[in-house]
Amino acid sequence: MKYVDEYRDPALARSLAAEIASLVTPGEVVRVMEVCGGHTHAIYRHGLEELLPPEVELVHGPGCPVCVIPMGRVDDAIAIAETEGVTLATFGDMLRVPGGSGSLLQAQARGADVRMVYSPLDALELARREPDRHVCFFAIGFETTAPATAITLLRARAQELSNFSVFCNHVLIEPPLRAILETPGLRVDAFIGPGHVSSVIGSDAYRFIPEEYGRPVVVSAFEPIDLLQSIAMLLRQRIDGRCEVENQYTRVVRPEGNPRALAAIAETMEPREDFEWRGLGVLPASALRLREPFAAFDAERLFALPGARIEDPKACRCGEVLTGQIKPWECGVFGTACTPERPLGTCMVSSEGACAAYFSYGRLRRPREEAGVGA
Amino acid sequence: MPEPRTRRVLVRDKRITLTHGAGGKATRDLVEALFLDAFGNDALAPLGDSAVVSLPPGRVAVTTDSYVVRPLAFPGGDIGELAVNGTVNDLAVAGARPLWLTAGFVLEEGLPIDELRAIVTSMASAAGHVGVAVAAGDTKVVERGKADGLYVTTAGVGVLEHDVVLGPERVHPGDRVVLSGTLADHGVAVLIARGDLRLEGDIQSDTAPVHELAAALLGLGEGLRWMRDPTRGGLATALNELAAQSGLAVRLREDALPIEPAVAAACEILGIDPLYVANEGKLVAVVAPDVAAEALARLRAHPLGAEAVEIGAVEPEPEGMVLLDTALGGSRIVDLLVGDPLPRIC
Ligand code: SF4
Repeated sequence: MKYVDEYRDPALARSLAAEIASLVTPGEVVRVMEVCGGHTHAIYRHGLEELLPPEVELVHGPGCPVCVIPMGRVDDAIAIAETEGVTLATFGDMLRVPGGSGSLLQAQARGADVRMVYSPLDALELARREPDRHVCFFAIGFETTAPATAITLLRARAQELSNFSVFCNHVLIEPPLRAILETPGLRVDAFIGPGHVSSVIGSDAYRFIPEEYGRPVVVSAFEPIDLLQSIAMLLRQRIDGRCEVENQYTRVVRPEGNPRALAAIAETMEPREDFEWRGLGVLPASALRLREPFAAFDAERLFALPGARIEDPKACRCGEVLTGQIKPWECGVFGTACTPERPLGTCMVSSEGACAAYFSYGRLRRPREEAGVGA
Repeated sequence: MPEPRTRRVLVRDKRITLTHGAGGKATRDLVEALFLDAFGNDALAPLGDSAVVSLPPGRVAVTTDSYVVRPLAFPGGDIGELAVNGTVNDLAVAGARPLWLTAGFVLEEGLPIDELRAIVTSMASAAGHVGVAVAAGDTKVVERGKADGLYVTTAGVGVLEHDVVLGPERVHPGDRVVLSGTLADHGVAVLIARGDLRLEGDIQSDTAPVHELAAALLGLGEGLRWMRDPTRGGLATALNELAAQSGLAVRLREDALPIEPAVAAACEILGIDPLYVANEGKLVAVVAPDVAAEALARLRAHPLGAEAVEIGAVEPEPEGMVLLDTALGGSRIVDLLVGDPLPRIC
């Protein structure tokens, strides 16, 4: 526990908060987007916003892997799960994501064999243990989780398993960031770069943000102290007139990333022409699919999938939340037609989703912010 | 103590078969050899359709709970001990002295008899430890694959030998929240024992009867407002129910919450909040501010309450909410858990 305590030291947090307060110009709001859902969760879980001066406004970005999966893909996963003799394995958070015709949890209640796993290797193990069933892993996530899927595929091939497949929904971090940066009327001044994704792709991968879009980036770890430090680093860049990628998470992230993880991804997966993102629309070259040599493990080739594009519900403003244009509570259905119990949009499902994090942890602060204290 | 019996019945089968549930001789042999032998007491011994008991004076508390847990045995306990302690605790936090239990078993065909015997034995010793009698029981056998080895349902009867009325309506702003010991031990121990997580750690379930802790607090009289054993859903769920029912708020202090370092580390790795993880031998109580120190002293005088602490206070608003002042100096809501991200553990 020592390790974590060091990054949650209240005295250190207070001194960082004071430093941050000294780095802002009164009345001049700096909007900082934390790209990663893990950061969003940590910010709310530790009540970090209360430690920040009103001049620092946190905007929650698109980095919650569950939140960006479009409804049509959920329906495809349900179709796989409802195939005779098939077990669909996935992360717990995916079970409640609503598709066009309900969630995987509802499919499970109708009799589909859906199982929660903690890693794709667990799904592979399931396939090995139950040779009479076909086990399909519903893979989601950014470059963070893609290496584990890649290693699982390599292992499945080495073991010559014929009852295992992957429904690949891995997405890439750069395209949605570009989409956000190109949003007209962009309301983000600086970025906290994701930690886990960066341990794979490296901090250099974000250089396009300062170089092409003139916004500073600090790649950050997940503990509250890390986040406060990263915010201070961003503010200092502004004061110094610098605009670059800095790395706060040096204990894990290298500029070049993790070559072995990248090689495993490259061996098993390739970019798709385009992929539909929940709330962001269709983004070119924004996701991965399995390469030809792994066709035998590719659920998209093994199963007849509906592959429908399903419009997000009219009332759903997840896209604007994901791009930082509105705060969760500005969505008309927030907390009424859309709650963690009955999510309408994906941002309300995972605890890393901006709406769910805000609803579960922070909704008390809304009056304060509406009164103008936080904006 | 078991009555000395003239005829000792032996069960020769190694595993439970459907015959054991058919109601014939095999059923009777199983009941006599395993259950009667372990639980033997005056109420159970006649094996009638009902146990007949005489209640001492006082209000009566009645409760029931079903226990489904995988694996059946885990570090620190097993389903049998859990089923006794859980029901004892439900009675205890209602302010009752636990007197009788009943136990219903749903056995899965193929369950090794030795495993069943071990569970029944640990139930008997847990009951003996508390001084409750298992007065009635039942067994059913279901086909292989229809149960995770075995399920137990226990019901309990206890008697309230005082006039203290406990409940959310007696809770007032300014009251203090006290907790008898560390959080999340049971849930994390079971999660790790399941072996799905490839996590190892020497974490023991906290399963224990809290009846003596509850009795110690009852001695505070009117100063004791409300008690719960925060099992499934953890402390967060128990306090959310209190907040909702009382229309008040509960504010917790994160730095006061007692959590074993190994448990905290496991929760961190798994991304689970220990506030939502089950406890099976803890008691949380709301007491008047002027008796808070006395409440802690009473809890700490008992080995199960040695680490008792005050973890927060009741506030008038925001109505129906549980809040947490984080160690870092921020605050957040501690909401009701939605969905069930945890595997079944209690
Ligand atoms: S409240 Fe619901 S619908 Fe609205 S943006 Fe959030 S998740 Fe989407």
